[in-house]
Amino acid sequence: MINNLIFKKPNVNNLKQYVSIGLLFLTFSFLDVFLNSLFKINLTSALPGFISFFLPLIIGFIGFYLIRIEHTGNVFLDTANKKINLTPFNSVLTLLSIFVLVKYIPLLLNWLIFEANISGTTKEDCTGNGACWVFIKVWIKRFMYGMYPNAEQWRINTAFLILFVTVGSAFFIPEKYKKYLISFSILGLPLIAFILIYFLISGGFFGLEWVETGAWGGLSLTFIVSFFALIFCFPIGVFLALGRRSDLPAIKYSSIGFIEFWRGVPLITVLFMSAVMFPMFLPDGVYMDKLIRAIIAITLFEAAYMAEVVRGGLQALPRGQYDAAKSLGLGYWRMNFLVILPQALKLVIPGIANTFLALVKDTPLIYVVGLLELVGMIGLGKTNPKWLGMATEGYVFAGVVFWVICFSMSRYSQKLEKELSTER
Amino acid sequence: MSKIIELKNINKWFDKFQALKDVSLEVNLQEKIVICGPSGSGKSTLIRCINRLEEHQDGSIVVDGIEISSETKNIEKVRAEVGMVFQQFNLFPHLSILDNCSLAPIWVKKLPKKQAEKLAMENLTRVQITDQALKFPGQLSGGQQQRAAIARALCMEPKIMLFDEPTSALDPEMIKEVLDVMVDLAKGGMTMIVVTHEMGFAKEVADNMIFMDEGRIVEKAKTKDFFENPKSDRTKLFLSQIL
Repeated sequence: MINNLIFKKPNVNNLKQYVSIGLLFLTFSFLDVFLNSLFKINLTSALPGFISFFLPLIIGFIGFYLIRIEHTGNVFLDTANKKINLTPFNSVLTLLSIFVLVKYIPLLLNWLIFEANISGTTKEDCTGNGACWVFIKVWIKRFMYGMYPNAEQWRINTAFLILFVTVGSAFFIPEKYKKYLISFSILGLPLIAFILIYFLISGGFFGLEWVETGAWGGLSLTFIVSFFALIFCFPIGVFLALGRRSDLPAIKYSSIGFIEFWRGVPLITVLFMSAVMFPMFLPDGVYMDKLIRAIIAITLFEAAYMAEVVRGGLQALPRGQYDAAKSLGLGYWRMNFLVILPQALKLVIPGIANTFLALVKDTPLIYVVGLLELVGMIGLGKTNPKWLGMATEGYVFAGVVFWVICFSMSRYSQKLEKELSTER
Repeated sequence: MSKIIELKNINKWFDKFQALKDVSLEVNLQEKIVICGPSGSGKSTLIRCINRLEEHQDGSIVVDGIEISSETKNIEKVRAEVGMVFQQFNLFPHLSILDNCSLAPIWVKKLPKKQAEKLAMENLTRVQITDQALKFPGQLSGGQQQRAAIARALCMEPKIMLFDEPTSALDPEMIKEVLDVMVDLAKGGMTMIVVTHEMGFAKEVADNMIFMDEGRIVEKAKTKDFFENPKSDRTKLFLSQIL
């Protein structure tokens, strides 16, 4: 009986036997990996090392083979067979992914949480094997505000709070005013942000102490740089894309020249030039803050990429759309802003989101001009003699923060894509 | 009868290929002209020159007293007076049918939004798709889309309508509903230039027929003469193949 079972293709007639034996094999295979991962027990230690290592995979493979029966009538079994056990290769992938998760998730959780230290105030308080979150806890204010004086940090908080409320309220405005939203976010929002930053964060007015931009830093600086660069690089990119397709040679070739210049140089050199070379071109006595210079550099750099993304969308539109708009008497600007761009931009939302995410993740490079945002401050913290060896914790923290920011942006872009879709 | 379109000795090249060869044509107000001919004969290019979707390199085009040259202002003036309907409908997919129709009246004629929408609804009623006004082009059948495109052109209250193979992309069942709208329009006194292979339609509405081949007007005649007594052999051959 048993001999027959192994070498015959499983079928519906003796479903129960196959499934019960198959599940037995699978249970053993998972149990082996599970115990090994959590309790360091090796059930098959009696066997030679090589076989012992691969045994769960082999047993699991046999188990999956035995339960791989075409249409049994059992919904759960059929679904499982279809999704994770369709072919022998498929079942090996399933086993390997389960084994990797079982093996490494406990390790990761141990490092992140169970064996990590959070209480205490110095490096010496970290006694466990896990992460030393004390480092983050002690330095959190520096990571958020840079070298901004502790007593003045409420100013940054207030400015950001006002800004977030303004942006957030844009989601709740009545349908009637929605058409002004774009002009508001291109003109109004940067102005409000600039006023807030100039008067509140920079200070020097109304009895507020002046804080030089060199002292700004941490996550708040990441936000400031990203915010302005995001808002300005988009319209500039759109105009460059239109310019590149213009019939007027002067506009066409200057757009091409601009785009190809900025796309051809690394951002880090652009930032360096903004710090070293740019001031030489300014007239005597004119001074431009290095933060503003850095923001301009990032904006122009990303605008070149944005232009190519938008151009892709423009090229994807059929010529008939241009013909129809022209035949109705719409001029160049009205044709582009009413007919062409709304369609082209919708097509390239994924590309726009890509450029925006790249921009946010490029901001740490402003360290070359001496501005330390989140990653820069972590770099500073880990070189502090009292906190040597904290690089892992710091960069894991930075990674998580950036991931949360970028993932929310990505989700928002997907939501926008769905909302704007008119194809049904 | 007053002349509304006058083309004199038009020549047009696409690189080295000459698409129009010395074409002259006069169209009177309220006249209906149907242009036919084999593909590649320059029919579409000819009517696209009339509202400057194509640039002519030689000769002169005067539409309603406005000479079409590279001066942008004139071009936009002419385009506002000349409506055009395309083979592929070319509705704007991101706008509802109503917005498709009211867009140009609002932005080109500067009508207030309410008035433009009223105008749009009137024209949608005229082509009998009032009930589709709030849908998007992608939700309509081909015939409905083409009728919406006609309504969109009519909303600019043009003096002249150009049709560039308006039924060629449609299922046979839907051709009739579009032709019916065009017949109605013709009876209303619109000046029309239609590029089409629908000879039944041509016999019903056209005052004059034009046959084009290889960029030239081979024959221009009254509709009756054109079908019953064509002069050139090329026209006879063409008619024998499509009738």
